Amino acid sequence: MASGSSAEYIKHHLTNLTYGKLPAGYARVDAQGHQHVLEDATWTLAHSGDEASAMGFSALHVDTLGWSIILGLVFCAIFRGVAKRANSGVPTGVQNFVEMVIEFIDTTVKDTFHYRNPLIAPMALTIFVWIFFMNLMDLLPVDWLPLAAAKAAGDPHLFFKVVPTTDVNITLGMSFTVFALMIYFSIKEKGVMGLVKELTLHPFHAPKWYVNIILIPINLVLETVSLIAKPISLGLRLFGNLYAGEMIFILIAIMFGAGWVLGLFAGVLQWAWAVFHILVITLQAFVFMVLTVVYMSMAHDVEEEH
Amino acid sequence: MEQGLVYIAAALMIGLGALGTAIGFGSLGGKLLEGSARQPEMAPMLQGKMFLIAGLLDAVPMIGVGMAMYLMFAA
Repeated sequence: MASGSSAEYIKHHLTNLTYGKLPAGYARVDAQGHQHVLEDATWTLAHSGDEASAMGFSALHVDTLGWSIILGLVFCAIFRGVAKRANSGVPTGVQNFVEMVIEFIDTTVKDTFHYRNPLIAPMALTIFVWIFFMNLMDLLPVDWLPLAAAKAAGDPHLFFKVVPTTDVNITLGMSFTVFALMIYFSIKEKGVMGLVKELTLHPFHAPKWYVNIILIPINLVLETVSLIAKPISLGLRLFGNLYAGEMIFILIAIMFGAGWVLGLFAGVLQWAWAVFHILVITLQAFVFMVLTVVYMSMAHDVEEEH
Repeated sequence: MEQGLVYIAAALMIGLGALGTAIGFGSLGGKLLEGSARQPEMAPMLQGKMFLIAGLLDAVPMIGVGMAMYLMFAA
């Protein structure tokens, strides 16, 4: 990708392949600069960032969806294959790795989650491995897959973002799912009144009921803010880390176009950043998993009587 | 003029983020050493917890660096 300025290069790498509905009357500009106005609302691939934003809500990020589903299937296939072939002999290769991951998740969940719920540990395993696989795409050199996709589609300007977790839709989608489960388990374990009590009688509580009436609105505001902040910080933390990491990979990749000395230097920088990133991607997958388990644990936590 | 302000903003974002995180990581590592010196048998557990906190802590400056780089080179 030597053509175009560096700002264009960065923009190109940070734009998703978007499939969506363009509104009727939208003037499309094609590669030759010709303009033609759409008569009906049409479902199509966006050819520029402007078109993608004109699609508004009815748009799908094809690359994000595709890669996250493929990686989810890869995860299922690997773990299922190992589970089918598992025997009590000395484990080898992949089986060793899978057993290690499962044992690690199991101890982590046992340490943090002290209630009975058969859903939590499998969910933690799925979250950890799936996010780890999605983050792992970050370590592939930034241009390989987009160039391959552009070749395959025959369109040199095809947008293609490979790392699903650099798309805020994926991370917030996951964290909102965790939030929904949190509310569900809170209501299941404590009842609706239990949840309401948790939101209104904490952190300030007085023995006299007429003092409580004054304290309830304050408690409600504080608790609601901290409740809403949980899924948002969970999703944005993962997104921000991966986005920043990808950004730095892209910035280093710009140097490849500036002669062989700088290119060689850029290669060393890419390698160093990738090595550091092995830690970051594992840590972020781990943090997301642990926080999910902690939130689930909080949802199961029945308050002591006052 | 405007580009200059962008550079100053980016420098503040990276620098202040680094400052805060450096203090945080310092006290985190120090406390870990202290804790495992007092109770060496707790060291593996403490280390696991330390990495969790490090992950939480690492996110804040990294987001700052990413945004600053975006401001400088792409926006």
